[in-house]
Amino acid sequence: MMTQGDNIANDILFEWLLRRGDTALILGHRVSEWCGHSPALEEDIALANIALDLIGQSRLWLGYAGEVEDRGRGENELAYLRDTWDFRNILLAEQPNGDFGTTLMRQFLIDVWQDALLEALKTSADERIAEIAVKAGKEVAYHLDRSSDLVIRLGDGTPESHWRMQDALDTLWPYVGEMFAADAVDEAMAAAGLAPDPKMLKPGWEHTVAAVFKQATLTQPQSDFAHKGGLTGRHSEHLGHLLSEMQFLQRAYPGATW
Amino acid sequence: MQVSTDTVWQWLSEVPDPEIPVISLTDLGIIRDVSWDEDTLVVTVTPTYTGCPATSVINLDIETKLRSCGIDDLRLEQKLSPAWTTDWLTAEGREKLREYGIAPPSETQDERGAGTDARVARLTGLRTLVVACPRCGSQNTEMISQFGSTPCKAAYRCRACLEPFDYFKCH
Repeated sequence: MMTQGDNIANDILFEWLLRRGDTALILGHRVSEWCGHSPALEEDIALANIALDLIGQSRLWLGYAGEVEDRGRGENELAYLRDTWDFRNILLAEQPNGDFGTTLMRQFLIDVWQDALLEALKTSADERIAEIAVKAGKEVAYHLDRSSDLVIRLGDGTPESHWRMQDALDTLWPYVGEMFAADAVDEAMAAAGLAPDPKMLKPGWEHTVAAVFKQATLTQPQSDFAHKGGLTGRHSEHLGHLLSEMQFLQRAYPGATW
Repeated sequence: MQVSTDTVWQWLSEVPDPEIPVISLTDLGIIRDVSWDEDTLVVTVTPTYTGCPATSVINLDIETKLRSCGIDDLRLEQKLSPAWTTDWLTAEGREKLREYGIAPPSETQDERGAGTDARVARLTGLRTLVVACPRCGSQNTEMISQFGSTPCKAAYRCRACLEPFDYFKCH
């Protein structure tokens, strides 16, 4: 086992940790937007709990990122005092909630990927990454149980729930490719034995989503077109609006604490 | 003079969980270590769920309790690994949960299994989890929602006595 920085430049590790923390944070915030608005009380509670888990995971990743960066920024500074271009989440995470079906489909597509990624990270050569992966992996596995179940129920449900789920899948599909696109950061992390090459996660992901879509009577889109840019700070218009709400307090009252 | 760590464990066993006050922090299995670092008492705590809102309250409650017992020099540490599991709930804690109306976890991590096969078995009904009603004991119960009133619970309903109840989910 190694500890931070043994075999990789700190700026690369920092960048990679932001990708993990920001994806969990932005998805968590999106899911939290349903609080008080869900179609049923049980779903409201479930979404709020999932949002809590994701924000909790984000704290672990961003806390570590702050230590690696070593410039005095902690989880709070990284979450609240950065602007759009500094965020490193995947574009899929920031896509608007849409209807309940779109929210569930987005969750499912990301859950399958996170589940595989965290499983691989359990054997990271970096002890801290490995222990966060074990902790977060247990939570994500539970989220995946739920999102798979609901994608199947609603896909193979009423005509209306079916078309909404298919519509959600078609709309979100172009954002899937970014989860498996490797750049220099990923290659350096993989070479150091700290993280898997994202491309390696794709066969397992495809296997799982295909099995679930079959049960759900949904048709998987064939296009390989992929929107990219989130992982390097080029975001869709939606992230700025999300941040203006998430960061409202720190923008209005800089340095506020309680 | 330093009190023994056994005494400190005893004190901690009197601190209730803030969200499920019928069990203590030691019943929950989240106190991982108590030790002395020279004159400083170090209590190591592991979180249940990463985003559990009770975590900071738990830390405050530990500190308040130990200070009321005369410990002035105190440090709390968080330890993630090994990750908390409901397998660490004490037998006494499980019984207290049941008496309180919360069904305790009905399987261990090993029984639950991991990976795709275990998930497929759960989702397709090949392996159905039997959760006994904490009120009437019937095993004829159904899940209403995978999530309940706190991150650690799911919502169930008894088909025999018709009462809804919380299930402390296997984690």
